[in-house]
Amino acid sequence: MQNNIKRRKIKNFVALSIAFLSALLGLFWLVFILFDLLREGIQYIRPELFLEDPAPPGLEGGGLRNAFVGQILIVIVAVVVGVPLGILGGTYLAEYGRNKRIAHFISTLADIMISIPAIVVGTFVYAVMVRPLGHFNGWAGGVSLAIIMLPIVVRTTEDMLKLIPDELREAAFALGAPYYKVIMQVVYRGAATGILTGVLLAIARVAGEAAPLLFTSFNNSFFTTNLNEPMPSLTVTIFQYAMGPYEDWHKIAWAASFVITFAILVVTILGRLLIKWRYRK
Amino acid sequence: MENSKKAFDNLFKFITFAGTITLFLTVLGIFISLVVESKQAIGSFGIIKFLTTTTWDPVKEIFGSATMLSGTVIITLIALLMAVPVAIGIAIFLVELCPDFLKGAFGTTIEMLASIPSIIYGMWGLFTVAPIMGNYIEPFLQRFFAPIPFFSILFRGTPLGIDILTASLVLSIMLIPFIASITRDTLNLTPVVLKESAYGMGATKWEVIKDIMLPHAKYGIYGSIVIAMGRALGETMAVAFVLGNNHKIPSSLLDAAATITVTLANEFTEADSDLYLSSLFYLALILFVLSFFILAIAKYILRRGSAK
Repeated sequence: MQNNIKRRKIKNFVALSIAFLSALLGLFWLVFILFDLLREGIQYIRPELFLEDPAPPGLEGGGLRNAFVGQILIVIVAVVVGVPLGILGGTYLAEYGRNKRIAHFISTLADIMISIPAIVVGTFVYAVMVRPLGHFNGWAGGVSLAIIMLPIVVRTTEDMLKLIPDELREAAFALGAPYYKVIMQVVYRGAATGILTGVLLAIARVAGEAAPLLFTSFNNSFFTTNLNEPMPSLTVTIFQYAMGPYEDWHKIAWAASFVITFAILVVTILGRLLIKWRYRK
Repeated sequence: MENSKKAFDNLFKFITFAGTITLFLTVLGIFISLVVESKQAIGSFGIIKFLTTTTWDPVKEIFGSATMLSGTVIITLIALLMAVPVAIGIAIFLVELCPDFLKGAFGTTIEMLASIPSIIYGMWGLFTVAPIMGNYIEPFLQRFFAPIPFFSILFRGTPLGIDILTASLVLSIMLIPFIASITRDTLNLTPVVLKESAYGMGATKWEVIKDIMLPHAKYGIYGSIVIAMGRALGETMAVAFVLGNNHKIPSSLLDAAATITVTLANEFTEADSDLYLSSLFYLALILFVLSFFILAIAKYILRRGSAK
C-alpha cells in the first residue's frame, strides 16, 4: 500500500515534469527564432535598406525600398478589397441571417476557409487574374491576400457583433429606428474595437504570406507603384534572396525578415492588448 | 417616410448579403476554376493513374503525383508526431501548473509562435536548423540507431540537413501553438466539480489530468490535431526551404523529398507547356479538396466536443 502511493507520487512528479519541460521547449523555440532573427537581421538594418533599390546581383550594398513600397501597396489593396466585404458579410451572418440555414452554412464555410492553403488561393488568382491579362500584376497579389483575409474578417466581425447584447438593439428599436440604423449607430459603435482588432490580426496574418504572391504579383527588382506591373514584395524577395547564392543577399534577407517579423508581432500584440483592454471582465 | 426606411433597410440587408455571398462564391470559384484548369491533365492521366504514378517528367510530359502525395503525407505525419505530445504538455502546463500571474503572458508567448510568418520559419530552417541537423544531430542519430535493425534504415544516407527530418521538425514547431491553444481551451472547460471529487478521493494531480481532464477534452484535442493536419498539408514556404524538391519516393528520413505545395511554389512559374501547367493545377485541386475535407472534419469534431 505504502509502496503504491509512492509509485503514484513518482508518476505524478514525472508526468508534471514532462509537461513543464514541454513548456520550456516551446519557449526555447520562440526565443531561438527571435534571437536568431535579431542577431542576423540587425547587422543590415541601416537607412539604405529602406531608401535604396536593390544593387545588381553580386554587388555590395543596395536596399529594398521597392519591396517595402510594393508590400505596403499590395496589403493596402488587400485591405480595401477584403475588409469592407468581410465586415458586411459578418454583419449579415450576425444580424439579418440569424438562425437562417444559409448563415450557419457560410459561417462554417468561413471557418474552414481560414485554414485553406494560401498557395491554392494563389493558383486560383493566377487562373482568373494573371493569365487572362497576360502578365503578373500587383492587383492580383492584393486580391489573393484579400481572399485570405475575407474569412478571418467575416468570422471576427460575426463574433464581435454577437457579443453586443440584444437589449441595446431592442432599446434602439423601441425608439423607432429601422434595423440598418440600429446596426450602424448602435451595434457597430459597440463592436468597433473588436472589429478593428479583427482587421489588425487579419492584416498581421496576410502581411507575412509569400506563397500566394509567388505567381500573382510575382516580383520585380525595380521600384514601381504601378499595380498593373509585376510588384515586388518583401516576402517573395526574402524567398529569392535567401535561396540565392550571394552572401550579401542572405544578409539583406535576414534584415528584411527581422523587420517584417517584428512589425507583425507588434501588430498582433497590439491587437491582443486592445481586446483585453476593451473586453476585460 | 416609412416606405423609404423600409427600402433603405432592404438595401442594407442586400449589401450585407452580397458580402456574405462573396465568400461562398469565392470558394465555389476556386473549385470550379481549378477543375477547369486541370481538365487537360485529368483527361490525359485520369484520377487513379495521376495519384499512383511516380514519374514527374516535364520533358517527356509524363506527370504523376505519387511522389508529392507521399512526401506531403510523410512530412505531415512526422510533424504531428513531434508536435502533438509537446503541445499537449504545454496545454497541461498552462492549465494546471503555470502560476496565475504568468498564465496570460505565457499563453500569448506560445501563440506568438503562430504569428511568425512561415517564410521566416523557412529561412531560419535553412540557415540555422539545417546546418545544426546536418552537422550534429543527424550523424548522432545515425550512430545511435545503427545497431537497431529497423531504425538504421530510417537514417540511411548522407546527413545534409536538407531533408524530411528537418522539414518535419520546422513544421512541427509551427503546429505547436494551434494544438496547444485549442487543447488549453478545452481543458479549461472541465467542470470543477469533477476535478474536486477526484481530488477528494485522493487522486494525484496527474491522475486527475489523465483520467478526468484529458478524457473530457478529447474531442477538442482530436479536433485540434486534425486542424493542425490541415494546416500542415497546405504549408508552403517553411517547407520549401528545407525539403529540397526531389521527385522521388523517400526511403529514409534523411532523403530530400517534394510535397504538393513545394512543387507548386517552385515550378508554377516555370511551367512551359499547357499540359505541365494543367498538371500543376491538378495538384492544387487535389490539395484544395484534401484540405477542405480535413478541415471540415476538424470542424465537425470540434462542434461535437462543444455540443456536449
